[in-house]
This record gives sequence, structure tokens and C-alpha cells, in this order.
Amino acid sequence: MSLNEVAYNGKVEGDVIVTKADAVINWIRKHSVWPMPMGLACCAIELMAAAASRYDISRFGMEVMRFSPRQSDCMIVAGTVTYKMAEVVRRIYDQMGDPKWVVAMGACASTGGMYRSYAVMQGVDTIVPVDVYVSGCPPRPEALLDAMIKLQDKISDESSVSNLKRSPETAMVN
Amino acid sequence: MIDQDFTDSLLEKFSSVSLRHHDDCLTLDCEPNAIVEFLSHLRDEETFDLLVDLTGIDHGQKAEVRYTVVIHLYSRIHRNYLRVHSPAVNNESPEFPSVESVFPAANWHEREAFDMFGITFSGHPNLKRILMWDEYPYFPLRKDFPLAGIDVPLPAEDVVEVTDASVEPAPMMGGPFVSSGDGMMSDSEPRAKDESWTEQAEKPV
Repeated sequence: MSLNEVAYNGKVEGDVIVTKADAVINWIRKHSVWPMPMGLACCAIELMAAAASRYDISRFGMEVMRFSPRQSDCMIVAGTVTYKMAEVVRRIYDQMGDPKWVVAMGACASTGGMYRSYAVMQGVDTIVPVDVYVSGCPPRPEALLDAMIKLQDKISDESSVSNLKRSPETAMVN
Repeated sequence: MIDQDFTDSLLEKFSSVSLRHHDDCLTLDCEPNAIVEFLSHLRDEETFDLLVDLTGIDHGQKAEVRYTVVIHLYSRIHRNYLRVHSPAVNNESPEFPSVESVFPAANWHEREAFDMFGITFSGHPNLKRILMWDEYPYFPLRKDFPLAGIDVPLPAEDVVEVTDASVEPAPMMGGPFVSSGDGMMSDSEPRAKDESWTEQAEKPV
């Protein structure tokens, strides 16, 4: 058995499971992402659809949408971030406990979208570190689910023990 | 009934009101100092008791009267609209009497017109910005304000400290981005009007 193998092998291990702390922590984390729905525009409607029975985000263990940043660890920025709102988005992000992730849902949150104007922030990554960008205006629920699965992949590759608290320097992308 | 008699009687009663060219609903010009009295009359005597809209127009730096206030009223009895145009005094720092005392609904409309055009509504009980943040130094819907915006600091100092973000002019990249409005949806998606230039590459002369 190679050192990197994390799966349970009953013939070798019997009742004992040998694995790495990172593997277990990441496995737990990726299957219980608690999203914070930062619904700012029409993307929020698709976000609601993704949570409803037809698309059913609970298949991936992400149905526990919390409207309190204290109880959530993944901010889904769904919609247009205006400069006036940017401050609020950042404050809510700051209030979320570590570790935390950000999904920029849709064209507006990713780049400002069609709003090339004085009032709209050109991408929420100006103020928060974005882990996954979703294209679309708005993205279909499937696209959001795909992004969340990509986020799960990303979480499973993280070095969780050192990631218990990400320092603000490494947390900021730019 | 909004007919010639109705218009004539209004014009007769108010010397400061005149007829304006219109293609849809009855449109009148009114002197700004008579606007409160005129709107009170329309509301109480002529059943135009619903303020539908109040906004401003910027006619450009060269216009003789640069800012105009436009008010839409609706009468549920006549089942028709009435539009009143009125010039704002002073092109540099436009001023207009608040009609909030006649139509309380005008409160937020006047705040928006102040926010976007910088028209000061004298007598307004709470004239502050409604869309942009309080410290914002410009009036974005004025003709001399660029669509992309002007560099100003973000209103929250602590957020700026962590993120180093600021309000920057949006990259127009050959924009503004508009939809042609016809044809297949895939062809009519909003795109730059003039793709021959971007912020990085100037338009070839």
C-alpha cells in the first residue's frame, strides 16, 4: 500500500482506518459546504432554483443556506456588486469564519458584466478572493452546481491543517 | 375629459403656464415659481391626484436653460396623463422649488433628481443622495459626466485599507454595450458598439 493511498483496505487494516488528517478534514468539509447566499440581483433567482427540488443542491451537501455569515463558509455572490454595496459584501465576508470560500456567480459578479458604468464594481474579486467564477447571465442552476462541484474538488486538494486559518495576505488574490 | 376646453381653461387660469408641443399626453410648460400652486390646483380641482414621475433632464452645457424638471401626473377620473415641464433656475447650480408639500411621493423622486443631476429642491425636508453614497462628489447623469465614471475613493476606509480598492472608471472596451434588439438572440446580445478601439489600443485614426 502506497503512502498516498487514503482509501480503506480491509484486508490490510482490519478494523483500523489509516489515512491523513488533510484527507479526512477535506472530505468532511467538501461534503458540508454551508453557502451564504449573497443575492444581489437576478442571479439570486437562479440560486434559489438551484436550491429548489428540481436541481436540488442538497444532493451535494450544500443545502444549508445560512443568511448569517457567522454560520456559513462559502459566499455565493449572485448578482451585480455596486460600489455602494461593495463595502457591505466585504464586511460580510470578513464576518465569516475561516476557512471560507467565495463563488462569483454570473457575469456581473465576475467582471461587472454588461454594467460598464460609474456605479458598478468591475468584478467582486476587487474586494474578496474568488475561488470559482461562473459564466452566464444569469448562469443556469446546472452551471452553479458545476461550479460548486469544482469548489469541492478545490477543497479536497487544499492543505487543510495549514488552512485552518488563512492569513489575510494569502487570502487576498490580488 | 381632456379636450381643448380643459386646456384653454387651465391656460386662462394660470398666466405662467403655456402649451408645449406633444405627441401623446397633454404637456404644459410652467414657470418654476408657480409650480407648487399649479400642481395644487391640478390635484385638488382637476383630479390629477397621482404623481407618476418626477425627474430631471440635462439639455447639455450649451443649452440656454440647461436643466428641466419633468413631472408626470395621472388622473383616475380622466384616465389620462398630464406632463408638466419646468426649467430649473441657474445653470451652474440648478435650483427648483420642492413639490413635496403637494405630493409627498415626490420626496424620493426629488432626491433621485438631486443625486443624478444636482438639482437642489428648495424646501425639501430631507434632500440627500438616494442612489449614490453621501460623499460621492459628482452628479452622474449630467452630460459632462463620462459613462465609465471618474476615479474616487471607496466610501469605506477600513475596506480600502485591506483591499486597496477604489472606484475606477469602467473599461469601456469600445462600448457602450448595447443590444441591437433584433435578430436571433445569440446575435443581439449586448456588445460593444465600436470594437475598433479599447482602453489598451487606441482607435486607429
